Amino acid sequence: MNISNSTELICFAILSIVVILGSLGVILLRNIVYSAFLLGGVFMAVAGLYLLLNASFVAAAQVLVYVGAVNVLILFAIMLVNKKEELKPIKSLQIRRILSAIVCSGLLLLLIRVDLTTPWDIPGPAAIGEQATERIGEHLFTDYLLPFELASVLLLMAMIGAIVLARRDVLVSDVGTGDSVDQSLIEKSNTPLLIDESSS
Amino acid sequence: MVISLGLTSQALTNPGIDLEFSFNQAIQGLGLSSELAHLIWLPLPMLLVLVAAVVGVLVTVWLERKISAAAQQRIGPEYAGALGVLQPMADGLKLLVKEDVIPARADSLLFTLGPVLVLIPVILSWLIVPFGQNLLISNVGIGIFLWIALSSIQPIGLLMSGYASNNKYSLLGGLRAAAQSISYEIPLALAVLAIVMMSNSLSTVDIVEQQNNAGLLSWNIWRQPVGFVIFWICALAECERLPFDLPEAEEELVAGYQTEYAGMKFALFYLGSYINLVLSALLVSVLYLGGWGFPIPVEWLADWLGQPTNAPLIQVITGSIGIVMTVLKAYFLVFIAILLRWTTPRVRIDQLLDLGWKFLLPISLVNLLVTASLKLAFPIAFGG
Repeated sequence: MNISNSTELICFAILSIVVILGSLGVILLRNIVYSAFLLGGVFMAVAGLYLLLNASFVAAAQVLVYVGAVNVLILFAIMLVNKKEELKPIKSLQIRRILSAIVCSGLLLLLIRVDLTTPWDIPGPAAIGEQATERIGEHLFTDYLLPFELASVLLLMAMIGAIVLARRDVLVSDVGTGDSVDQSLIEKSNTPLLIDESSS
Repeated sequence: MVISLGLTSQALTNPGIDLEFSFNQAIQGLGLSSELAHLIWLPLPMLLVLVAAVVGVLVTVWLERKISAAAQQRIGPEYAGALGVLQPMADGLKLLVKEDVIPARADSLLFTLGPVLVLIPVILSWLIVPFGQNLLISNVGIGIFLWIALSSIQPIGLLMSGYASNNKYSLLGGLRAAAQSISYEIPLALAVLAIVMMSNSLSTVDIVEQQNNAGLLSWNIWRQPVGFVIFWICALAECERLPFDLPEAEEELVAGYQTEYAGMKFALFYLGSYINLVLSALLVSVLYLGGWGFPIPVEWLADWLGQPTNAPLIQVITGSIGIVMTVLKAYFLVFIAILLRWTTPRVRIDQLLDLGWKFLLPISLVNLLVTASLKLAFPIAFGG
């Protein structure tokens, strides 16, 4: 075994331990802020696993999207509404725990079965290294165009929904027609935080 | 694995100075195996770049003191060394020996981890800064994308230190920093995307090479003037420099997320922000100002003087000119950043977010579209 192989093995072991222990921590820790930070660590470790698989573009995208955007937004939300709250004890907690344990172990068994029955070709196809980025682009714009476009439409819908929910200074009447606008979608229309000086 | 792949292909295609190759040859000449030679080589460039980054920070801090003094008609540091050049060292030493205070009700683990998380991504990003054809730690294929990904980790460290300080000003500063960082990341990435589209590569070396066909005239700043301005504004916002230093606005937030920090932990924040400034300046010079390229291509000069470009002496001179040019361009930009800091007022938080989302984002999208159509229309000038 040469140096690069053993380094790879050690890295794999460390990353896997971080992923497993980190995700356990995310679920089991009492402090939700710790959970959120640990989630970031888990995402980073997963990016490290991608790097070990020679998929550097996917690794960087993982860091950018999951750590830089998703995890930061989670932290943001937690810190903006971080108030101590006494939660009511949930009835029949034990039965719920048993049920979810059954569902989770069923999922695990399914995954293990998939893992054992799939004929993996070892060693896998040769790594294409730096050309991976171009290859991903080609796939996204040829045979995976439909899923790609569907995902972008989904994101657009989520974005428009977020804007509609977040807008506070809503127009009472339509600018073009002068009809009153249906505001049933909007939870509440607060007064704008900053007074618009140009209109007064 | 990825890294070594990039390097070997680089060494094969480009005849020129390849320090790694010659170093490995020399070590193997001493009778050691090639793997051992590689292991001995690995830490050297990293150490060199780390030292370069820290020295760059010392120079920048001195410049900041001197230029701010000039802007306010003072003399500035004068007694520590000639013209006060040792002042930054004195600052660093002071921070090193100061007491390390952790506030009584702070979360000590996160409080310690926060500054580290802020500093590490910034230093890692130096991986991709090229000072010459083969003068970078690794010519990673995803190059500039790696920097964008790494710089998105920083807000987590800021949020962490803001939260762990258990101080309302710290928390507000951390939240502001994260909001600012997220909103300026997007126009920044779009501006970079336009450049990537023109050079058909994410690698910083390819981006610089594509700009060095005709010296000064082929620099990206002429083809991407809007992108240059967007990138510069966003880079300043990412570094939290005035006019965008909302997260640590003294008058409103004491010192933002740094309020509770002292000693070496504060020094990590300080170091991180200045390393980030120098890094951003370097990347602007790489992306828009031709990186290591001399305003007149060195090959033309060598031709004109009747020297072969492959001669060892010419190669060494070319390499040195490359390093000097990169550093000169970067420090010109650092100078502008410092001048901006001491002459412009701070924007308000709503103005800051408006500028990011309602002005820079649409403009950078239009810039991207225009670049794409120009690339289709004039493939010669816009890298078809």
